[in-house]
Amino acid sequence: MADSVNFHFDIDGDNFTSAGEASVMIKKLLRQMEFSPDVIRRVSVAMYEGEINMVIHANGGTADVNVFCDRIEIVLKDNGPGIADVRLAMQEGYSTAPDNIRSLGFGAGMGLPNMKRYTDDMRIESEVGRGTTIYMTVNV
Amino acid sequence: MPEPERDILGGYAGDLLSWVMGRASSGDVWVTIMSNLNIVAVASLADPACILLAEGVELDDGVRERAEVQGVNVLRSGKNVFRLCAEIASLI
Repeated sequence: MADSVNFHFDIDGDNFTSAGEASVMIKKLLRQMEFSPDVIRRVSVAMYEGEINMVIHANGGTADVNVFCDRIEIVLKDNGPGIADVRLAMQEGYSTAPDNIRSLGFGAGMGLPNMKRYTDDMRIESEVGRGTTIYMTVNV
Repeated sequence: MPEPERDILGGYAGDLLSWVMGRASSGDVWVTIMSNLNIVAVASLADPACILLAEGVELDDGVRERAEVQGVNVLRSGKNVFRLCAEIASLI
């Protein structure tokens, strides 16, 4: 197993306006590490969608990004309400976001589909009342 | 503008941020009526050449400062989204 470089972020669930800071930081770090623009875009967009979901639905959480030579792994973990029906949540256009969030331009029901679209592998572990962990991998 | 040298290669219009992140391409002009702080994060990740605010939408100082810091170009116009897209399309 190749060595990896690991980054950890705490996602603040109270501050909607700062949501995305971890993703923007990861974008900068990956750029410094000279990954291709396509890889950087896929990782940072997938992570941003996850960050926004944690702020909207779960009062924040944590993001861990493990950078290997051949892939980048992202683990997003929260202690929120969990997802009752993952298959339904994965459908484009399905959203449970409240109206005040929608008025900001979120809640289009594209977050999880975008995360799948931009990653090579995505796995959701969720338990209602306990929280959600999402594992994503982008191959380099 | 923090990044005045960027070329506009195409365009995308929309106000739903996940659609923009999923569909807009790097180098696009992003035409929108959304002007809250989150557009700066979306733009810095989706990497459009600039945000173009339509309909004379105002940009508050906090958003303007964040855009400056993160290197996101923001333009404004009093024209509507349809008119702006038509005019831009005729130029590129």
